Amino acid sequence: MLGLLFITFIIGRVMPVDPVLSIVGESASKETYDAAYKAIGLDKPLIVQFATYIWDVITGDFGVSLLNARPVADDIKRVFPATLELATLGTLIGVFVGVPLGVIAAVKRGSWIDQIARVLALVGYSMPIFWLGLVSLLVFYGILGWVGGPGRVGIFYVDIVPEVTGMILVDSILDRNWEVFRDALSHIILPALLLGYYSLAYISRMTRSFMLEQLSSEYITTARVKGLSERAVIWRHALGNIKVQLITVIALSYAGLLEGSVLTEIIFAWPGIGSYITTALLSADMNAVMGGTVVVGLVFVCLNIFSDLLYKYFDPRAK
Amino acid sequence: MSHSDATKQTLREWLLTDTPQSRHQARMVALYQGWLSFSTNTMAMFGLGILICLGLVALFAPLISPHDPFAQELGNRLQPLWSEGHVFGTDSLGRDILSRLIYGSRITLYIVALVALIAPVAGLLVGTVAGYSGGWLDVILMRITDIFLAFPRLVLALAFVAALGAGIENAVLAISLTAWPPYARIARAETLTIRNSDYISAVKLQGAGATRIVTKHIWPLCISSLIVRVTLDMAGIILAAAGLGFLGLGAQPPSPEWGAMISEGRRFILDHWWVATIPGLAIFTVSLAFNLLGDGLRDVLDPKDGGS
Repeated sequence: MLGLLFITFIIGRVMPVDPVLSIVGESASKETYDAAYKAIGLDKPLIVQFATYIWDVITGDFGVSLLNARPVADDIKRVFPATLELATLGTLIGVFVGVPLGVIAAVKRGSWIDQIARVLALVGYSMPIFWLGLVSLLVFYGILGWVGGPGRVGIFYVDIVPEVTGMILVDSILDRNWEVFRDALSHIILPALLLGYYSLAYISRMTRSFMLEQLSSEYITTARVKGLSERAVIWRHALGNIKVQLITVIALSYAGLLEGSVLTEIIFAWPGIGSYITTALLSADMNAVMGGTVVVGLVFVCLNIFSDLLYKYFDPRAK
Repeated sequence: MSHSDATKQTLREWLLTDTPQSRHQARMVALYQGWLSFSTNTMAMFGLGILICLGLVALFAPLISPHDPFAQELGNRLQPLWSEGHVFGTDSLGRDILSRLIYGSRITLYIVALVALIAPVAGLLVGTVAGYSGGWLDVILMRITDIFLAFPRLVLALAFVAALGAGIENAVLAISLTAWPPYARIARAETLTIRNSDYISAVKLQGAGATRIVTKHIWPLCISSLIVRVTLDMAGIILAAAGLGFLGLGAQPPSPEWGAMISEGRRFILDHWWVATIPGLAIFTVSLAFNLLGDGLRDVLDPKDGGS
């Protein structure tokens, strides 16, 4: 965790943008420049600067965005729910399609379902996500008009439902505003399906290889000899045994979606943390970049810890 | 010498013998048998074929491209597919898309080759040194690796590029910086299993130093698992490079980098779909080829792992 902060700190330092200059402006006099230099604390040794930075982060202070002069922490609080909403929906799709697909592919190894699962995964690994996003936007929005376009809701529905969680789908349910819900759904469905497809590719492959391992073990033969139905053998015994490994895989892919949706968010003009970091990067708004990166890294670490805990809960041997 | 023997038999027999006469022949036999089992894998051969074509295209780009990839022709902009003289149409500045694709293959191969050289070598160094020396050096190096692993790759690469400045070289550097930790992990794991084996003790007793053991006796054994991993990672590298290009942080215009071409075509996607779509298909084909090749290589070099 400390290391994570250290790297963002270093990146912030190496950045060839003079933070002082961007505050005082080009035409400032030498005295103003020096005063600002001292005010930010750049005259202190690096280790002190680093300590200050850590303290700021712990107390939830990511500094002020150079772009809109708002605290970065507030900005992140605003954009994070959008990413969370998208990534959660994507992961749900990935799990509910990917796991059964992987199980069936393993059970009917070599069948046409297995082949389809294989091709799906292969294509998923090889397709540039931003390109697939563009093309699906072109087809389903531009040509067919089945779904809403970029953004979270149509322009007429902005700010109608009161903000509770920041996730529009949840907020509109809480508000019982079904019109907004339907509109938000039509906007989120395409990016969510896209992310879902990518996590499906990964989850189904892993499920398949875990299942193959289980199905060749002796207890499965025993269960079959005992006369258990094929369904019980596969879905209860074998799948029950890979539960723990699956959780790790799902947590990894969830974390991947939370951070890796940068390109998807940009294509779909989704105001999430990915597009926030990228916009900040392109305008050299270092406080925002560092803040965003730290939050994403934090989420990543927390999900890892969480999956470790679940691991221990489900697997008594790991205690 | 084995070569004089070889003239008596056919080359094929020489390559398939059970009793190799020399070290060189033994190595060739192993290679040839690997190749035989690899070449039965249709999909992997297909991938290899695509990549060889790509290599040739990149090599002979000036000869086969119908137009100058940088020549603008504003009167002839956004021509559709199969139009006069432009098979894939022209982009918003009237440049021939096919020619730009052909020249873009050079950039893609350049990036992939550089990253595939830098990242595994760095990972190999860190991993074997950490694994062989053990102790505090191991702890420190692996902590650093963990830190890099904990970071989301694309975000880290983005941050590096932003810090270093946009451009192909910096994109290569940024992708390598985010790509080396898994190699370090693999190399360390391999080193740990090799370190305590009998033959290493034997070499040690003969008086070999740590450097010699690591470079001559541990590295060669790590190579095959690294090669598999690199080939499987190539697709990821291509996608990352294209992603950076798409965000305007990789190759700079007017360079015909495929990701940047998609980004340029994005503005016209609704009316002129081919400008953005064609380069995407190129990226897809190449990374698919690398994935197929990687799968095939894994089956040959790493039989314990090959499930499909």
